[in-house]
Amino acid sequence: MKKYLSFFKIRLIAGLQYRAAAWAGIATQFAWGGMTILMFWAFYHNGENSFPMTFPELSSYIWMQQSFLAMFMTWFYDNEIFENITSGNIAYELCRPCDIYAIWFTKNMAVRLSRMMLRCLPILLVAAFLPAPFNITLPSDWLSGVLFLVSVILGFLVLISFSMLIYISAFYTISPMGIRILATSVTEFFAGAIIPIPFFPEALQPIMYALPFASMQNAPFLIYTGHISGIDALQSIALQIFWFAALLAVGRLLMKRALRKVVVQGG
Amino acid sequence: MIELKNISKTFKVAKRNAGFSEVLKALFKKEYEYVKALQNVSFKIDDGEMVGYIGPNGAGKSSTIKIMSGILTPDGGECVIDGLTPWKDRISHVQNIGVVFGQRSQLWWDVPVIDSFELIREIYKVDDSRYKKNLSQLTELLNIGEIVKTPARQLSLGQRMRCEIAASLLHSPKLLFLDEPTIGLDAVSKIAVREFIKTINRENKTTVILTTHDMQDIEALTKRILLIGKGRILLDGSLSDLKERGSAHKTITIDYSGDKLPNLDHMTVSKDIGGHAEIIIDTEQVTASQAVSYISSKVEVKDISVMGESVDEIVASLYKEFEI
Repeated sequence: MKKYLSFFKIRLIAGLQYRAAAWAGIATQFAWGGMTILMFWAFYHNGENSFPMTFPELSSYIWMQQSFLAMFMTWFYDNEIFENITSGNIAYELCRPCDIYAIWFTKNMAVRLSRMMLRCLPILLVAAFLPAPFNITLPSDWLSGVLFLVSVILGFLVLISFSMLIYISAFYTISPMGIRILATSVTEFFAGAIIPIPFFPEALQPIMYALPFASMQNAPFLIYTGHISGIDALQSIALQIFWFAALLAVGRLLMKRALRKVVVQGG
Repeated sequence: MIELKNISKTFKVAKRNAGFSEVLKALFKKEYEYVKALQNVSFKIDDGEMVGYIGPNGAGKSSTIKIMSGILTPDGGECVIDGLTPWKDRISHVQNIGVVFGQRSQLWWDVPVIDSFELIREIYKVDDSRYKKNLSQLTELLNIGEIVKTPARQLSLGQRMRCEIAASLLHSPKLLFLDEPTIGLDAVSKIAVREFIKTINRENKTTVILTTHDMQDIEALTKRILLIGKGRILLDGSLSDLKERGSAHKTITIDYSGDKLPNLDHMTVSKDIGGHAEIIIDTEQVTASQAVSYISSKVEVKDISVMGESVDEIVASLYKEFEI
């Protein structure tokens, strides 16, 4: 366990070095969040009642999404891992007395967390002091807060165990670009990263909620905003646990199979 | 103790001809070719041995190393190293081995080398006293005391390679695989690396298996040679065994005063450009030293060198012999 922690540490420290990128990220995410909220504001002007979320709920959702972007961004993959596979440098990782799945998992957690840590607080702070209803508000009660914390961790694990499948696919496809692009757009759409899932047509919603993508950012943010609460929240968390376990099992299985037939490329 | 029995490995390689229509065709139907990288490779290596594993490009050297280090799973055959099968017991097996791939890097590019060492220490759970002892021995022998504080990206190839070798030995492995450790190094670094390999083999009783194209590496380091070609072991013996298998020709290159060589008995002059000549002798008829003194008696020699066949030439002639 200790060695995975050291991997986590070295990656986290490396990630915390990029301060200029963090400031740029904060500015981008702040502008993007603001624009999204203003766009929805224009729609809400036509009649508040025709929308599935209240406007304050929506504002909180958008700001949470922006501040935790680095944790839940679906397009981000660790290029080092793909490079290791395609260039054959994976040979060295395979010579270590380590579980490769666990190493990649911790590396991914570390990179995302380091980016999130640098960006999250400034965005949350500024967003908290914006005039209502454009600001982010605290969860309505402490229970939602606790459920949110549980759910945000699970959502993070679900997302990473899903991206592990994409990394592992690189063993089979040689060039991972195709699958990566496809996976990114599917995840982005179904995770509620473009527009929150409650805004999708009602017929589509049961399917979308059942997919693993809704267990990523959608569940924790909807719990935070109070859109989902009580039994419903517990249900979402149960579904998150299910998807995490399932994706983990599939990923581990595929990894085992891949390593059995691995071809280290290039000499 | 390493024992390989009938190890075979076949790779599937996608093939297509050049041209746009071929690209389109390959979209629907891919054609594959099966390359037999290893065929019934068997050998035994005892503890503390130093073995040179040689052969031309694509002969299967790296594949064998990868199988022995648990990276690659063979299609058939057995491989037992200290009681473990590398690809089945990968994690416990690799705890005891060190690997250097001359063409790859295990050091973290952006951080000082010593940080990479620390990480490797944690990965192998090397305890403090042993780590300190190994580190001081390695930094001294490889003369890297100063450069370990530099980020890997700012090191020269020779400096980096010395650090790579140190990194592979921090956990005091019993078995060290070196896959072309001297590739691209200058003479000074090569000698340093060779000296070092000799020392750890002698003092720590580390079993060393070395692949290389550099004949001098082999001459300087190993007593035993395994020659592999097209996936088969062609020869398992000493360096002189190998040389015997080659043809009995040697090339003598001379610089001499004058512009033309006189006739020489039992020798073929393959090149003679006023003052510089190459002469081929057949050592079954005349030894190299006889030839040298005979030539010096005929002309005034300014410079002379005698070259045997290179390993690659011997391998090429062995290919002909084995008809593969």
